[in-house]
Amino acid sequence: MSAYRDEDPRIQGIKTKIRVVPNFPKPGIMFQDITTLLLDPKAFKDTIDLFVERYKGKNISVVAGIEARGFIFGPPIALAIGAKFVPLRKPRKLPGEVISEEYILEYGRDCLEMHVGAVEPGERALVVDDLIATGGTLCAAMNLLERVGAEVVECACLIELPELQGRGRLNGKPLYVLVEYQ
Amino acid sequence: MAGKDGQDSRIQKISSAIRVIPDFPKPGIMFQDITTLLLDTKAFRDTIDLFVERYKDKDISVVAGIEARGFIFGPPIALAIGAKFVPMRKPNKLPGEVISEEYSLEYGTDKMEMHVGAVEAGERALIIDDLIATGGTLCAAIRLLERVGVHVVECACVIELPELKGRERLGDKPLFVLVNGA
Repeated sequence: MSAYRDEDPRIQGIKTKIRVVPNFPKPGIMFQDITTLLLDPKAFKDTIDLFVERYKGKNISVVAGIEARGFIFGPPIALAIGAKFVPLRKPRKLPGEVISEEYILEYGRDCLEMHVGAVEPGERALVVDDLIATGGTLCAAMNLLERVGAEVVECACLIELPELQGRGRLNGKPLYVLVEYQ
Repeated sequence: MAGKDGQDSRIQKISSAIRVIPDFPKPGIMFQDITTLLLDTKAFRDTIDLFVERYKDKDISVVAGIEARGFIFGPPIALAIGAKFVPMRKPNKLPGEVISEEYSLEYGTDKMEMHVGAVEAGERALIIDDLIATGGTLCAAIRLLERVGVHVVECACVIELPELKGRERLGDKPLFVLVNGA
């Protein structure tokens, strides 16, 4: 599901604020830069409001944000809906006891970590990141939460790259995005 | 604005929500872990409120947050005071044209980057990070903003480690913190 398809009037303003940077981080990649959105207080607020309107009153007690751009969007959503914020980080950044989930990259592997005890069984969680591409990172995030008995209600991103088919890789979990980039 | 007693009780709860992890990332370091604060919805809300109360109506148009934990506290403050959020990042993360500032570490140097055009000369800025230790990172952020003609009004952190004398290193730039990690 996407707000883009719902054609909320705020979406156009958000979409125009996202800057596409060609050939970053390597040739052929059209990088979706959300930092220009953050420079527009109204568009940034609208972005958060769209997520908050969708998720408040749904008994969500955990917002998990993926390092690092998920740290920008997750906390304002968490604060507004009264949920805790749980950072999901690259290896060796979190100082306490962690659980790790490995995932596949185009070349090689990476790992996502979460603090032991941050989330309790039965909690209802959102996973937030700025963008879904192949879905590998979001899958790792969902696995971490499910391994400790949380229920992942939905994954929420600003941007989807539909050609990369990440939506289909989420093990049936729903995905909500604001804009698609074709 | 809360009276002194109300303010003290919010600060007390914020302080007790921060977890200290010994010997991370290396022996002898008592790491101040703010992730436990983020799990306490009231204490996290109070943390943001204390900064917002101080900075709203002060004509601040820029909140600069230092990667990565400054990304957690900066955006909610920016949204509440109507300012833009500018991420200050490690090298090679920002996709567009950047300016860089090198700074010293205990062993070696590191670099901080900001997007060209994110801020304009004459803007009034806050810099946010979770903690000030030696002040090296904050100084680099101050220099980046001042190089493009921005007035840094204050640096704001959740935690200060006074023994490391970061406050002195900021020179004439004011520093506001909520708790001391002694």
